[in-house]
Amino acid sequence: MHDVTRRNCFDVAAARARCLQYRQRILDISQQVQALHIGSAYSCTEMVDTIYHGLMRRNPDGTSPDTFLMSKGHGCMILYVILEDLGVLGRKDLDLYCKPNGRLGCHPDFGNPGIEASTGALGHGLSMAVGMALAERGRKTGGVIYTVLSDGEVQEGSTWEAVLMASSLGLTNLIAFVDNNDFQSLGRTSETHPTFYPLVEKFQAFGWECAEVDGHAAAAVFAAVSGREGGRPFMLVGKTTKGKGISYMENVPIWHYRSPSPQEYEQGKRELEAASARAAP
Amino acid sequence: MRNTFSEALYKAATSNPDIYIVVADISPAGSMAKFRDQYPDRFINVGVAEQSMIGICAGLALKGCQPFAYTIATFSLYRPFEMVRDDLCYQNLPVTVVGMGAGVIYSTLGGTHHTQEDIAIAGALPNMQIIAPCDPAECTEATAYCATQKNGPVYLRLGKAGEPNFTDKAVDPWAFGKLRYIKRGIDVCILSYGVIMAKAMQLAARFEAKGQSVSVVSCHTLKPLDGDGIRDALQRHRHVIVIEEHAPQGGLAPRTKQIAWDMQARCRLDTFTLQDAFIHNYGSHDDLLAAHGLEVGAIAERVGA
Repeated sequence: MHDVTRRNCFDVAAARARCLQYRQRILDISQQVQALHIGSAYSCTEMVDTIYHGLMRRNPDGTSPDTFLMSKGHGCMILYVILEDLGVLGRKDLDLYCKPNGRLGCHPDFGNPGIEASTGALGHGLSMAVGMALAERGRKTGGVIYTVLSDGEVQEGSTWEAVLMASSLGLTNLIAFVDNNDFQSLGRTSETHPTFYPLVEKFQAFGWECAEVDGHAAAAVFAAVSGREGGRPFMLVGKTTKGKGISYMENVPIWHYRSPSPQEYEQGKRELEAASARAAP
Repeated sequence: MRNTFSEALYKAATSNPDIYIVVADISPAGSMAKFRDQYPDRFINVGVAEQSMIGICAGLALKGCQPFAYTIATFSLYRPFEMVRDDLCYQNLPVTVVGMGAGVIYSTLGGTHHTQEDIAIAGALPNMQIIAPCDPAECTEATAYCATQKNGPVYLRLGKAGEPNFTDKAVDPWAFGKLRYIKRGIDVCILSYGVIMAKAMQLAARFEAKGQSVSVVSCHTLKPLDGDGIRDALQRHRHVIVIEEHAPQGGLAPRTKQIAWDMQARCRLDTFTLQDAFIHNYGSHDDLLAAHGLEVGAIAERVGA
């Protein structure tokens, strides 16, 4: 087996501080570009943070035997700032985000440091995660594959093909998250597609072990995943708020893909700083 | 051809534990059953779910494996097209997409099972390689290439069953990316690929009966196409004929014309392709090809053989 460590407890206060810092960094980057998927990144900030800082195991050299694949590629700003924090991407990479000489765009590209697959078109990630999990199982590496899907992505037929295959293949090393913010371009999913719900029961019917928690409650996310039975692929449905963390962005669809104006930036910054002050011990 | 593919893949998988085959509910024939029985962990049947077939292959390849996706050509390339484009070509992964029964081989199954435009479609994708062997022997060579290459994705266009070998006494050995002279002559040159090579051989025999010396060339690698080889053929022969089981757009015929124009070739050049049409005809493969105009007698009349 690998000489890896996995944290059995999860420092919630540290996670909260990190997530505020990540939101601030993304807000700063938003001022360099005309547009970015800020609301989508804020929606899954705690889940991706928990995966990287709580769930993925670390080798002594900092690498991981586990893999994270961002299926909802448009949420990649949170992935970029975490990879920057981990030293996998450089500050310069983020400074050149969406710039002519940069290498990071609005969707993750395979080949860039820390990016395990090119995503952006929805409904591709889960099948690739199934293939990765198969490869790890075939080689008996013990590697676990983590992936985050958007809820809109769950409408893709290809996602259900992969859901069916993962459980049929008995892939116990596959852990997926749904960022269930209930928002799509044309409104609330619960209004446009009422039969989209219930979600958890659908995955359970397809043979997955499932849990549904507040996707912004890092401790609950960590506990649900680390406390899983583990005999089947695991799906965590995280109830989330699109644009979480900045009041005027929350549940407002235009923040799917827009950069704040300088005034909006200042207000957002003040809100994040106030939250940081409240969170300080 | 599908049996020789299965046998070649089985052999490759025996020595390479990274070879996987991901099939979409296609019944295992010949050595495919052997593969399934011997290596059940590397024989994945996704069911009727071709999008995940390609995505799973991509995931395997992202972890360093050498996967093959396998089903009838329309379903391996058209149905999961965006997965082929994004997951395989954009990420440039060494996955082989096997298109079985390409062209109009499934002559009684109707247009839903015909693959008339696959070279044009696959050929438009950056990083994609395309190989279409003309007989079982070439299929074995092509499969061995696909099982070891790390250049990127391959679309392997196959026939079905019962094809004869044309290349047993070929002048050239099979080499990826190179035209292969099956026979070498000086007057006429017939360029073809895939199972319709049978008609190229019959046409050559007609020319030869009239005392002409004929080259027959297997253009098995459609992408990257051997441009130097085509130029050489256009230069050395006074009459070049392309026969392909593919739509008039985006296949060997327009590529050859383009090269001929660019080099200001002086030879006569005739091309014979499928029509740009869905033809409702439910006879044999030959009947359907004839309905498209691909019949040796008709071609011979046009080219003076």
